[in-house]
Amino acid sequence: MPEQKGKLRKKELTINMGPQHPATHGVLRLELDIDGETVVKCTPHVGYLHRGTEKLGENRTYLAALPLTDRLDYISSMANNVGYCLAVERLFGIEAPERAKFIRTMASEMARISSHLLWLGTHALDIGAMTVFLYAFKEREWILDLFEMLTGARLTVTYPRIGGVRNDVSEEFLSSLYKFTDEFPKNIEEYETLIDQNRIWLQRTKNIGIITAEEAVNWGLTGPMLRGSGVDYDLRKYCPYDAYDKVDFDVPLGKNGDTYDRYRCRMEEMRQSARIIRQCIEKLPEGPVMTPDAPKFTLPPKERILKDMEAMIQHFVLVIKGPVTAPDGEIYSAIEAPKGELGFYFISNGTGKPYRMRLRSPSFIHASVLPLLCEGALVADVIANIGTIDIVLGECDR
Amino acid sequence: MNSKEAAEKIREMFPEEVREIREYNSQTSVIVKRDRIKDIIRYLHSDPLLNFDLLKDLCGVDYSGKKETRFEVVYHLYSLEYRSLLRIRAEVPEDDCSIDSVVDIFAGANWPERECYDLLGVVFKGHPDLRRILLPEDWEGHPLRKDYPLQSDLGEKEWKGYLDVIELAKKNMEFETK
Repeated sequence: MPEQKGKLRKKELTINMGPQHPATHGVLRLELDIDGETVVKCTPHVGYLHRGTEKLGENRTYLAALPLTDRLDYISSMANNVGYCLAVERLFGIEAPERAKFIRTMASEMARISSHLLWLGTHALDIGAMTVFLYAFKEREWILDLFEMLTGARLTVTYPRIGGVRNDVSEEFLSSLYKFTDEFPKNIEEYETLIDQNRIWLQRTKNIGIITAEEAVNWGLTGPMLRGSGVDYDLRKYCPYDAYDKVDFDVPLGKNGDTYDRYRCRMEEMRQSARIIRQCIEKLPEGPVMTPDAPKFTLPPKERILKDMEAMIQHFVLVIKGPVTAPDGEIYSAIEAPKGELGFYFISNGTGKPYRMRLRSPSFIHASVLPLLCEGALVADVIANIGTIDIVLGECDR
Repeated sequence: MNSKEAAEKIREMFPEEVREIREYNSQTSVIVKRDRIKDIIRYLHSDPLLNFDLLKDLCGVDYSGKKETRFEVVYHLYSLEYRSLLRIRAEVPEDDCSIDSVVDIFAGANWPERECYDLLGVVFKGHPDLRRILLPEDWEGHPLRKDYPLQSDLGEKEWKGYLDVIELAKKNMEFETK
């Protein structure tokens, strides 16, 4: 072909990234139309992990649906449990005792640290900084050990209960956690020396995946994704639940809304989390950890079930039938989970099971913003963008 | 403006549309007809006194047999400026199961609308890309409808669709070896 001499033939190519791609953090599939190195069109496909949690929740009692929430965002299951319990408590007008509130606050901040550490390690690993992964997982292991000490489980904890928490904290646990909050801020500095001034890290994160404040709000983003763009919205501050109104902390904000700013936000959030945990331990009040005002919800203690007939009947009725005096109403209740706003929308029709249980998961909304971030960017930046939105597909697909 | 005042404001602006304003647990819900839902949402979004700029959530509910109109699409709107939450519930009848899409007002409504279509079968008119999202493209039925069974009635028997796939695979294998 003599007329084509000296010309390069251009052709758009469609490639399939995932669902089994290590950088997609689960089972996300991206259909990328690429022109050379530039992404022309990006179509995310989700749903590979859909288990029908909402449908299952409608067919279980309020107590029995609690373990389902562990399997949403399995990296920070504690935060999901707290969100669920809080929503049911608000629906039924139950108030957890003060001590339980502090323990929950402490535990959700532990979940935030563990979630952010996993994000930091894998995000850095994806875009070429191997070392920080090993450092981050050292501390994450420590947190998981603390979870094991508190609840007996490392990942799917099912620790909070409707009307309180399952068991009280031990002195030994509190002192180890206090030691952790002492050392952890120094470790964050260590991570920052590894990557903060690293030229490769800066080039791969600065001005990559920019979302303006207006766009972020319009797309319904929450959590660090929204705060990275400079919008001051944190449910812990503006709609306080549990003991967040009794502790002092700052909400870190970004400016440019790029990957680097979101990284800074999350790093600062980990520091604030350590601060909150510290204050919770210092201010932890005495008292019960389960509310005595809600016998229709709280299972009687195991010792009583084995000896007392009434307690056994109560246990049986609660597990099989669920609370029978449910009000006829609806509630939307949300918490600031590590990934963003985790909302529960319940419609109750006066039976022991919710008529409708809706989960507003931040990962689902954040995954939908991927085309906005990726289109027009380079293929290599797709990896950085998947890392920065910090999604967990278990929560995205529900 | 708080959510109660906002609800009254909607009643003032769209008297024909609003059916009821409900209050439970200090949260306000406005139950509206579906026909002018886009106007209502746009009004809430763009009026500077209301300024509901964050669509927290969009979902559908099946009130099969409990209410006259079977479906409802629920919008949770939040105003970052006034820090108030408002719930809009639009009634969607079963025989014409569709409602206007709000994607051009809230870009973030894209996936939740697709999910609502996928799991409840509510059609969003004007949606740019209305496909199933969580379930496979060839899935039959809408699982979150109340008449959709939780478990299949096949019991121990193998799923028929699966058998078809196996048979097809066998046929293809024969073809390839020949």
